[in-house]
Order: sequence, then structure tokens, then C-alpha cells
Amino acid sequence: MKGDLVTTTEAGLWCEAGGFHIDPWRPVDRAVVTHAHADHTRPGSGRYLTAAPGAELVRLRTHPGAVVDGLEYGERLTIGGVQVSFHPAGHILGSAQVRIERAGEVWVVGGDYKTGSDPTCAAFEAVPCDVFISESTFGLPVFQWPDPEVVAREVRAWWEGNAASGRTSLLCAYALGKSQRLLAGLNDPPGPIAVHGALDKLLGPYRDQGIELPPTRYASVEVAKEVRGHGLVIAPPSANGTPWMRKFGDVSTAFASGWMTLRGPRRRRGFDQGFTVSDHADWRGLLGAIEATGASRVLVTHGYVDPLVRYLSEERGLQAEPLASRFEGEGDGAEEAKPSDPEAATATLVEEAPRAAAVDDETQEPA
Amino acid sequence: MRRFHGLYQALDATSRTSRKEAALVAYFEAAPAADAAWAAHLLLGRRGRRTVNTRHLREWAAEESGLPLWLVEESYDAVGDLAETIALLVCRGDGSGSGDGERGVDHEGQLEGLADFIERRVIGLAGLELEAQRALVLETWGALEAGERFLFHKLISGGFRVGVAGGLVARALAKVAGVDRATMMHRLAGRWQPTAEAWEALMSEDEGGDPLRPYPFFLAHAVPPEVEDLGAAADFQAEWKWDGIRAQAVRRGEESVLWSRGGDLVNGGFPEIVEELGELQAGTVIDGELLAWDGDRPMGFHQLQRRIQRKSVSKKLREEVPVRLMAYDLLEEAGEDLRPLPTAERRRRLETLVRRASLPRLAVADVVEGSSWEALADARATARERGVEGLMLKRLDAPYRAGRPRGDWWKWKVDPFTLDVVLVYAQRGHGRRASLYTDYTLAVWNDGELVPVAKAYSGLTDKEIRRVDAFVRRHIIDRFGPVRVVEPELVFEIAFEGIQPSTRHKAGLSLRFPRIARWREDKAPADADTLESVRALMGEPS
Ligand SMILES: [Zn+2]
Ligand SMILES: [Zn+2]
Repeated sequence: MKGDLVTTTEAGLWCEAGGFHIDPWRPVDRAVVTHAHADHTRPGSGRYLTAAPGAELVRLRTHPGAVVDGLEYGERLTIGGVQVSFHPAGHILGSAQVRIERAGEVWVVGGDYKTGSDPTCAAFEAVPCDVFISESTFGLPVFQWPDPEVVAREVRAWWEGNAASGRTSLLCAYALGKSQRLLAGLNDPPGPIAVHGALDKLLGPYRDQGIELPPTRYASVEVAKEVRGHGLVIAPPSANGTPWMRKFGDVSTAFASGWMTLRGPRRRRGFDQGFTVSDHADWRGLLGAIEATGASRVLVTHGYVDPLVRYLSEERGLQAEPLASRFEGEGDGAEEAKPSDPEAATATLVEEAPRAAAVDDETQEPA
Repeated sequence: MRRFHGLYQALDATSRTSRKEAALVAYFEAAPAADAAWAAHLLLGRRGRRTVNTRHLREWAAEESGLPLWLVEESYDAVGDLAETIALLVCRGDGSGSGDGERGVDHEGQLEGLADFIERRVIGLAGLELEAQRALVLETWGALEAGERFLFHKLISGGFRVGVAGGLVARALAKVAGVDRATMMHRLAGRWQPTAEAWEALMSEDEGGDPLRPYPFFLAHAVPPEVEDLGAAADFQAEWKWDGIRAQAVRRGEESVLWSRGGDLVNGGFPEIVEELGELQAGTVIDGELLAWDGDRPMGFHQLQRRIQRKSVSKKLREEVPVRLMAYDLLEEAGEDLRPLPTAERRRRLETLVRRASLPRLAVADVVEGSSWEALADARATARERGVEGLMLKRLDAPYRAGRPRGDWWKWKVDPFTLDVVLVYAQRGHGRRASLYTDYTLAVWNDGELVPVAKAYSGLTDKEIRRVDAFVRRHIIDRFGPVRVVEPELVFEIAFEGIQPSTRHKAGLSLRFPRIARWREDKAPADADTLESVRALMGEPS
């Protein structure tokens, strides 16, 4: 819409008044990024600005030598003609919503967010605004997350059960965010924990910031021998079914994802067990967050865009509109490109490579 | 109900046969007789009836969850399974864990056992007025966990299925009863009500069973790639593989019945055959094929289809589609179980019996002569013009076994027809593949236009399915309800068994048993076949 503070361009969400892009999907001069997941932080941009607790992760996930500045949550910075600040999104460590203000008008880009509790990151904070840009990864009422503590108990019971029958427990989860959150739920673990290399290097930034995680060791051949039959191994889902698994002997496999709430993906993925754990807001979380911002206009991005837009318009009386983006909304059951929406259609036709790279974010139901 | 749901979860969670069997045995050993009877009934896939209108179910779910009906429909479209969608939607934050789970969660309140649950809340639902139905459904939702609600919805919509083979259930039951599997399969055959008494009979002695029950069918495997690997051709009796309905004709006491392979009584569709069976001596069981028959050859399955699942048959239909029973085995004579006898001996007795009976609609299947594999292969090559599917090979010295054991009975089908077709529509799948685009409508060219000729659901590997799914999502050009119109770019080779005229299809024909043989990534849409070439194939008898 004309006069909008944030619009979309070929490169991504664009704030013209401030002269920066938000989570751009192409290299740009100045990128403001919400968090370090691959579909939001892409290498090649000139400068990056992100929330301070996530700066180290963003550094790890961009190109070597990238210029990454951190800004504390709540601190305001003037860029061009706007004031910018970051506010916790509760998604993963350092994840932020971006608040942009110009002449009393406030926009908030939510990025990826969740409202449930997570000991590995600052809790989601509702930021009053006029326009809220919301994701919709799990924007259908069938998605209602169980109590994370109940799930944590289930994970522990599953592990103990496997150990009792001499099986190694292989828990698959995205390397950034989900794995650390699962680990944090396993303080006082009933056995040794080994981690796959993909997430071993992502634990440091968490521990450096004082987030308590149980002791873990890199799953080398020797460590594998020690954990075999009774330990827990955490690995990215792509490790399931690979020869790498063999060194753990007889394993029981599990996958932790919001998609595990559905029987189809649960069975198709071929894990012995599925745990419903998500770093995205469920249906009620989305509605609650949107309401708490007080925004009268809501722009909806990646996920179940159409149903959420329609619900907000018809049932909540908000001015809701879809906002085409190239965040990974292409997962299982995700909104498809429609002929009436050439923008969305092209959005899904290009940029094949980053999709494959985004394996650490569950916006894409893993194929 | 709770115990049964536990079993369902255990079966659903694993693909390992040994774990499934262990779960079944544990359940059947622990469950009360009436519940066990119902569980066996359901697991064996005996058909349930829809006892509630699913439209009402959606409306009640919308009311109960405070959601607009369109959002219930959207959710259904995304999930791909109505029972699951509603189970999730009416969940009122009951604190259950992952997915189905009451794992680790204690819940208060008693729920009926499976039998009482079904009696009251499933079967009982059908007889109620709409308002009372609604009240009972709502009450039941409140009493159940999400996973149990899913089962409840499957039961009341008549769509209960579970991923466990009938043979495995029979094996577990055999273990619990302490008998061999063939004995258990025999006990399970026939009419069988899910009652405590029936369960006791199943577990103890087979005296109490259905006096008209059939024997477990002996089923064949496909021949190995090199048919010579079976040994000497002379060790086998070859017959045509008929394209009809496999059936057992049972004549006992004063009654005659026809059982289909699926365990259904099909008397209604074949009254003239049932009547003729009355001429046979009591204590006779014949295994054979029901066929639509015109003079000296079968009329094709599409004609026979008009007879299937009929309660009665009009005079007109009797004349238009004459039928016969093509007998190929004799399982019981004068009340004696002949199954232990060798094939050759049973065949001799069958020929004598049918000759003596001399009934117009009872024939003996020809033995196909050929003492070498070459000779049999030549005979097989004539299958299509004879209107049969190929050859059956039955070891001459084998008894009539139960189920599908390897080694004695083989089917040697003719090579299927093939066509190159273009993917034009896609729809989401069901069950394991719900939410992936796995149901394809395939088309051939006609005057520069693509005309659908087949729907296919299978044949690709999981990896290929995911690639096709990704293609579909990115190439949707229109949508009609759940159907997505995609850009015509992908070419598949489909295999099928025959072509029949059809007024219901735009192409004027339909294919039998179409499945995807392979993805022709080397071909462009323009290389696909034409309707003309399909019609030419139909010229060949099918
Ligand atoms: Zn993310
Ligand atoms: Zn995202």
C-alpha cells in the first residue's frame, strides 16, 4: 500500500524511510535480521544489525568476515528517518521482533515467534503497534501445543524406556533452537548425552550467555561406544537413516517438531516416536500475540496465510492482508502459490537453494 | 476403549511385525471377552457402518470449538483426514502430551470397555434423533483424549482401518488360543458376530462356528522373474487366470451360499448360481471364480461389476449379464475336508462331481496343456484374446493351504498394457500420505487437448512422491475444491490391465488397475500418447 513503512521488493521486506531491508532474501547493503535461521539470515549482505543476544549466532551463519552489529533488546537506534528497536520474539536465542517508528506510526515485524515458555531465550514481548507483520507457520486451529513440561517428561520417559531395553535413544531436532530447548528440558539427565556435529558448534553461544544445558559430548566414535544402549543422542533430522547412526547400535528414533501433532507427517517420517515441540506459535499463540499488539492492521507472511487473514478479517474485524515473502512457507500443508497471486507464484519459483539450506527451521515440514 | 486405543497406538507407531504381533497378543490376553471380540472384528477389517452424518459432525465441531465452519473445512483440507481434524479441533486444552497422548497423564473418570462403548456410543448413535445424537457426541468428546476421539470418529464414520494384515491378527489370535494359524483362519471364516460367546468359541473349540463357513482361501504369489526357477513345468497344473470374483460355494445342510475372498456373502448378485448349488450333495465346497459369461467366453469384469453387491438381480440384468461359476478346486465332498489331498486328486474328484451334477452354470476350469515352460509361455501369450489375465500354476502334489504361503500356487499374469500420460490434476493423499499430493489424474492428447484417462495413487518411490509433491505445489494453475490443476509438464508411464468403455469418463473409456510404472523424466508432455492410440489398444480384447 502506498505510504507503507514496510513493503516488499525483489530483495525482501524493505523500509524505505530507514534505507534497510529486514530479513532480506538477497544480498543488500544493510540488513536488519530477526534471527539466525537460514531463511531469515542469508549471507552476502554488507552489514547486519540484529538483537545483541543473537549476534554471535548470526555471525556463525553468515559469510566469514560479515559485519554484524548487536543492539540490546529495547534500545532505540535511529536509522535514516526511523527509530528501530528489537524486542524478544521467544523463538530462539536472540530472536527479535523489529519495531520501526516514524512520526508516531509504529510497525512491528514479528519475524518467527512463539508465546510458550522456553528457558533458552527471552520470552515473547507484545509490542503495541499500528501494523503487525505476523508469520503463520501453524496458523490453523488444529495446531495446539501441549504443555512443554508434559512433553519434556515424555521425552525423559521415552529415553528411560529405551535404556531399560538396551536401546540408544536418537532424538532428532533442528540444530538451532529446538535442540538447545530440548536439552534445557533435560537437566539432571538419566544418562549420558551425545550430540551430532551440526549442533555441537551451536551450543557454545548458548552456554556463553549463561543458559543452563546439561553436559554434552560430541558424538565421536569413542563417545558413541559409551552411550550405546543407554544414552541419548541429539541430531538433526537429516541424520536419521544414514550410516552415521550405525555406531549407536540398536536405536529408537524420535523427532521433535510441531508437525508431529499430525498423524500423516508423523507416520511418513518413519520415526518410532514423535514429540510435539515447536518454536513457532500455535493457533492460540498467534491470535493472542496479534491481539496483544493492539494493531488494527495485520500483514500475514509464511504459513497458512489465507485462513489466518480471513479469520482475522471476518472474526476479529481487523484489516488483515497477505504479505508475499520468501520465508520458508512451503512446508507440508503450507499455502500454495495461486494463479491469482503472481507475486506469490514467482516467490515460490525462484530461490531453490536457500530452501534446502533452511533445514534448521520447522517452517518447512521436512521432506 | 482406553485399552483398545493403547493397542491402536502401538500398532500405528511401529512398522515392525514382531512388535505389532506382541502388542496384539498382549491385548487379546488381557481384554475381556466381549471387548476382544470387537477388537478382532475391527482389526480384521469387517465393515462397520456410518452411524452419523459427517456434515453434522463438522457442524458440531465448529460449534463446540467456536470456529466458523469454513475454518473447519480449511483445517480438514490441510490435515487430509476428517476424523483427525475434528479430534484436534474439539480438544479443549486437555493437557495431553504429544500427538495422541495420554502417555504419562493420569485421567480420572471411567470409560466403558470397547464393546459397551461401541454398543452405546457408536451403534447406539444411529437410532437417535439429531439432537440426542449431538448431545451424545458432545458428551463423548468430553470423555475422551485426542487420540481416542480420532478412533471414535473413525468408528462412527464407518471408516476404521488399521495398518495390520489380517494374517498377522490371525497369527496373534492363534497364539493366544494355542492353535496353529490355519486353524484360527478357519475359525475366523464365515459369519461371525463380535460377541463374548463368539470370542469364547474362537478361543476354545471350533464347534460353535458358522455351519456355512468357508475354508480360508489359498492365495497365490506372482511368479519369480524367471519362471524356470519354479522347477519343472510338469510338476504344475496350469489353468487360466480368470478375471472374475474369487468365491467359495458352500453347500451344507439345506443351504447354499457364495463367499467372496473378502469374507462377504455374495448370494444376492448371483441367485441363479445359488439355486443350482442346491442340486449338489450336502457337504460340498467348491473353490472357483464367478464370471460374467457369454456363450464360450467371459464378458469382462466391467459387466460382472453390475452384479456385485446386489441384494437382488432383475430379470433384465440376468439376461444381459449371464453368470457362471468356473470351478477349479474341490475342498469338501460329502462333508469330508479334502484339503490335505494333493491337487491332482482334488482335481480328479472335482471333474467327476461337476460332470455328474451337469449344471448349466457350473463348469470346470480347463487345464492348460503344456509340459514345458515354452509351451506354457505360448499359451500365456494368448491370454488377452481369451479374456483372461494369464496363467495359474498349481503344484500337482500340494495340499490346499490357508492364506498366502509361498511355493505351491503361482500367478503368471500377462504383461500389462502401458501408456505415457501427462499429470494434469493432483490431490492430497490419505493416511500416511495425507497432506502430500499423491493422487494423480493423468491425461492423453486428443486434438491438442489433454483428456484425463486414469487416476493413479501408487507406483512411485517415497522420494519421487516428495519431488512430485514439490512440483505440484509450485505449478498450481487452478483449483476446484481439493483438486489442484497443475501445469502439464510431468510425464509418467502407467501400466494397466485392460480398457473398458465408460460413459462416466470424458475420454469415453476407463482403464483397469492403472498404476504408475515409472516417471518418464526423459519425455516431454508432447511425447505422451494420444486418445486414438488408447482406443486402438481397446480394439484388442480386454
Ligand atoms: Zn526461525
Ligand atoms: Zn521463518
